[in-house]
Amino acid sequence: MEIPYAIHARPDTGIYNAKVGIWLFLASEVMLFGALFSAYVLIRVGTPPGEWPHGWQNVTLGTINTVVLALSAITTLMAWVACKVRQFGKFKFFHGCTLLLALTFLCIKGFEYSDHLSHYEIHLTDGRIADGHMLENNPRENYVTIDGRYVDNEEQLIDLRSQKDIQETEIRIPRAEIKDMQSYGPWHNDYLALYFTMTALHALHILAGGIVIGYLWGPGRKLWEIDPEHFTNRVEVSGLFWHFVDLVWIFLFPVLYLT
Amino acid sequence: MDTIVHEFPPYREHEVAHGPEAHGHHEDIGFWRKYVFSSDHKMIGIQYGFTALCFLLFGLFLMLMMRWQIAHPGQPVPFLGPLLAKVLGQPAANGVISPELYNSFGAMHGTIMIFLGVVPLAFAAFGNYVVPLMIGAPDMAFPRVNMASYQAYFLGGIVMLVSFFIPGGAAQAGWTSYSPLATSIPTDGQLFWIIGMVLLITSSLLGAVNFIATIIQLRAPGMTWMRLPFFVWAQFVTAFLLLLAFPPLEAAAIMQLMDNAAHTSFFLPTGLAVGGQLAHISGGGSPLLWQHLFWFLGHPEVYVLILPAMGIVAEIIANNTRKPLWGYKSLVYSVLAIGFLSFIVWAHHMYLTGMGNKIATFFQATTLAISIPSVIILTCLLISLWGGSIRFNTPMLFCLAFLPMFGIGGLTGLPLGLAPADIYLHDTYYVIAHFHYVVAPGTIFALFAGIYYWFPKMTGRKMNEFWGRVHFWCSLVFMNVVFMPMFAQGMEGMLRRMANGGANYSAARVPGVLDTLPNDIMAMNSWILWAAIALGLAQIPFIINLFWSIKHGEPVPSDNPWHATTLEWQTPTPPPHGNFAEPPQIYRGPYEYSVPGHATDFTPQNQPGSSPTPQVATAH
Amino acid sequence: MSESKTAKQHDSQFVGESELHEHAVDFKSYLRRCLYIFIAVLCAISLMICASYLPHYNWTVKVTLILAIACVNAFLVAGFLMHLLSEKKLIYTLLAFTVFFFAGLMGLTIYAMQDMPHGTIYH
Repeated sequence: MEIPYAIHARPDTGIYNAKVGIWLFLASEVMLFGALFSAYVLIRVGTPPGEWPHGWQNVTLGTINTVVLALSAITTLMAWVACKVRQFGKFKFFHGCTLLLALTFLCIKGFEYSDHLSHYEIHLTDGRIADGHMLENNPRENYVTIDGRYVDNEEQLIDLRSQKDIQETEIRIPRAEIKDMQSYGPWHNDYLALYFTMTALHALHILAGGIVIGYLWGPGRKLWEIDPEHFTNRVEVSGLFWHFVDLVWIFLFPVLYLT
Repeated sequence: MDTIVHEFPPYREHEVAHGPEAHGHHEDIGFWRKYVFSSDHKMIGIQYGFTALCFLLFGLFLMLMMRWQIAHPGQPVPFLGPLLAKVLGQPAANGVISPELYNSFGAMHGTIMIFLGVVPLAFAAFGNYVVPLMIGAPDMAFPRVNMASYQAYFLGGIVMLVSFFIPGGAAQAGWTSYSPLATSIPTDGQLFWIIGMVLLITSSLLGAVNFIATIIQLRAPGMTWMRLPFFVWAQFVTAFLLLLAFPPLEAAAIMQLMDNAAHTSFFLPTGLAVGGQLAHISGGGSPLLWQHLFWFLGHPEVYVLILPAMGIVAEIIANNTRKPLWGYKSLVYSVLAIGFLSFIVWAHHMYLTGMGNKIATFFQATTLAISIPSVIILTCLLISLWGGSIRFNTPMLFCLAFLPMFGIGGLTGLPLGLAPADIYLHDTYYVIAHFHYVVAPGTIFALFAGIYYWFPKMTGRKMNEFWGRVHFWCSLVFMNVVFMPMFAQGMEGMLRRMANGGANYSAARVPGVLDTLPNDIMAMNSWILWAAIALGLAQIPFIINLFWSIKHGEPVPSDNPWHATTLEWQTPTPPPHGNFAEPPQIYRGPYEYSVPGHATDFTPQNQPGSSPTPQVATAH
Repeated sequence: MSESKTAKQHDSQFVGESELHEHAVDFKSYLRRCLYIFIAVLCAISLMICASYLPHYNWTVKVTLILAIACVNAFLVAGFLMHLLSEKKLIYTLLAFTVFFFAGLMGLTIYAMQDMPHGTIYH
């Protein structure tokens, strides 16, 4: 039993089944990320003025990630074109690049996450705040060491864009002086909550897309021998998903890093 | 056409002539591939159907426990009390349903009935089994995705069931899981609820993609859009509702998961106090945001509950009146309008959240506007009866009862859609009565009708007619006795989700105070309990009938015992893998009953020969 | 209706496939077009970053500008890389509804949370 139009287009719609399927799925993904962006807008607009962080992300790393994904979108498309002209060697090359670029993206993201999670805001008993990256936090010792600075209040930590030349030094703080301590995780404030949630969901999509493309690049390539057109369609459909994930990042990057 | 197979299951390799690509696929693929890990839409439909019916029964039990507690607060549940105490431990100590347990049952009754019961049965079970057959397709567009969607549903159901047994029990914050309550409850039930919901949403999304792609791409030659049976149109719109409305809830569920597990504050406002203490959270969130995102799904969800039912009723009415549906085009345009409008009415669930006048007016306008296509559909179905030669078999009885029951449910929704009236009625039993009327004697009756109607196609036998009528009359009477008094209770101000049935606000408890719940209103709780028990008992003949008839029901004389025109009745019984020996060619519309000049009072869609333009027969 | 063919059988007919009916594919020219798109995307990214570092007088204007450039970027990816500019009417219809509902979700939710009843301390 064969499903009609699984590989060749249906005349009146002009599309084959999987393409209809993937666009439908992408429509639902638009609503998914759209809801998250709506949440972002709502929470940000509802925040009292002066309390929304600026400059908390490393724009350089974000830019590199954006360029990486843009390049991977190109290599994904070229991999499909290679399939269309039946040059399997080129397909292997381009999708190999796609996979490497995906891995690069995830590594950079992982680095960014660990950077945030090792960044602490320490409230001291004398009312000051020590803010910086944790160097030493040995529970057996009665102090912690951070690479950061002292500030007098939280307002000074909010807008890092407008502060030039932040001096960071190694500071050792006795535990007795610490009132409480919190890392810059999603619990820290709503900006970071949105950042972590949106980028983590996006990263999960990168991972899923990478696994699918990896499958086609690896074990799935057997289908190329049996039915190249079917295989090409799979490459196209997974490519569309990948491009969508790139599209989401095109909006995530300015919203989280630049504004 | 006369090859009848009296064997169940419905998926059998059949001696039907294959087309040119006969693969010799007659080897047995084994028990697991055939019944459990099947990618055949009919088997998946049946899997969905049975699982959903089990969950519906479980939801019924939860309801019976709650109604006991409402009628007899603080008293141990008879018969089942000791069992509850043994299984659930402290929350059901001494067989009494504690307030926390009541809230759990309430939240899970709603969740299970909607997401594990009605939607899988109405959309996934009937849709999977019938839609490919009705459009002349060999299967769904993506059979393995179909299998994955059932498995995700099954897993989601397991997670929801398991949540009853974890310390602290199942979710307690209502099926609506409002923050900050959902985050403040110190148990893990909400976490399981969210995980279960994510699995169920995934299942629905995969199913929706499959349905839409199938209906667009796999219609047989000649099956134009305006020749589709109304049931297919209803499923098509339902699939779109699921596709586009579920993801925002998934996003919200992810955010609530982060609130619960990672201590974020998406929905927790600054200054939140829990148990008298300031909560140790970052704040800055908005509880209203959860409500908006939840109801953005929540409202289309209720149309997901009703549209497949309307589709089923339409098919059965056309068949049992022996005449075309009145107003096919109106029905199609109305169902499209309902689908479209249902996305922009959601905040009528939120009139009491302090919305301003302008936005409340907007949502009130769209809510009242959406009642127009709903009434058009009901009217078309009603007018379809006029001049018909009505056959009063069990499916038809359920469909006939659907019409006034849905009418009551729909009309009582109007005061709720009007913001000023809703200010009084919100969160009262009036709301409960309204939506149960639409779903219980509404949708569920349509689903029963569908089961009785399509049973012969699945099994080659009819269900017992006598017990079908017993099931019908008892269900109809008792449904009304259960839900009609709730309108009165709601109008008197009895609120929802009260673990002791409103005793704290009753005239008996606080005599001499204005506007307490009078004794006659409180007394209704007892009748409702008895009616609910009777309603539960009335399902026993149905369950026995269903299973008994598989092997011992009256065999049907042909593949088309109801003399229906739609394509699913033009296949062998049960349809083999691949459904049709060759792709059928469609020549006419779906309801060519009693067409003047034709030999029989029905003409199947794939019967060749010139027909009067379908528009003439079905135009309104 | 057997869809399985060997690679060789397909090779001889690839020009007849639906997408390529109009023109045979020249790999090199396709690659060149992709590079142009990539350069355009890089320009858009740089513009966004420059815009974000402009001395700001009004966050709203700045954010609108940055998002507008992001939309241009998205148009390039969606239009050319996803072939959306040459897609079929069915896909456009689906996406049109999606965009409408997304706009409704975002717009109505934000409006609802800004609209307050008269006579309260916020109004």
